[in-house]
Amino acid sequence: MRDIRLLDQIFIPGSLIGPFAQANPGLGGVCTFVGEVRSGDDVEALELTHYEPLTLPGMHELADQAFGRFSLMGLLMVHRVGVMRPGEPIVCVSAAAAHRRGAIDAVDFVMDHLKSAAWFWKRERRSDGWHWIEPRAQDHTDLARWD
Amino acid sequence: MVTVLFLGPLADIAGVAELELPAPMNWAALIGAVNSETADQLREDRVKVACGGRVLSDKRLLNAADGDEVALLPPVSGG
Repeated sequence: MRDIRLLDQIFIPGSLIGPFAQANPGLGGVCTFVGEVRSGDDVEALELTHYEPLTLPGMHELADQAFGRFSLMGLLMVHRVGVMRPGEPIVCVSAAAAHRRGAIDAVDFVMDHLKSAAWFWKRERRSDGWHWIEPRAQDHTDLARWD
Repeated sequence: MVTVLFLGPLADIAGVAELELPAPMNWAALIGAVNSETADQLREDRVKVACGGRVLSDKRLLNAADGDEVALLPPVSGG
């Protein structure tokens, strides 16, 4: 079961994860990661922009790679665009599999690719204005683990 | 005409989010139509170019036809 979405409104990860698990009867494990806008770093808001003709098709290709690489029964991949406040969810990835390793690794793989190999651009508003966020060296190192 | 979109931080550097340029438009025409700072960015390998919804494997072979949308794609950061 595959559920890939781009959302431009706030969402509640819990409301997606329950139905996703229900939609994969017979699973042995579910692994879920939820990324949120960090609070406390002087960040007042975060904005994610995307390029519609590439972003959602790219997420589907990423799902294809995950299904090809791991023993998966289902994959949920939900990513926000637009302006978010600290504490709001940005991304939710959940994988269902017969055994834990496939589910855990698939979530790790998908998150590393969403961070630095998907068509999103992120900027933060701090007290002195908007700042574009470049991928960190660690993000590229994380991605290279899957080569 | 060709619609050129400047994504992410490129819009700030170019000073515009979108340009309409005459078709056909190749790489030299694109470089000639933007400010020098943007041109420097576009020449960097880390900036990708999509035409008609497909990322070009060699952006220097860009050849946009009338009605095409060209997207200039700087390094991404999601998640």
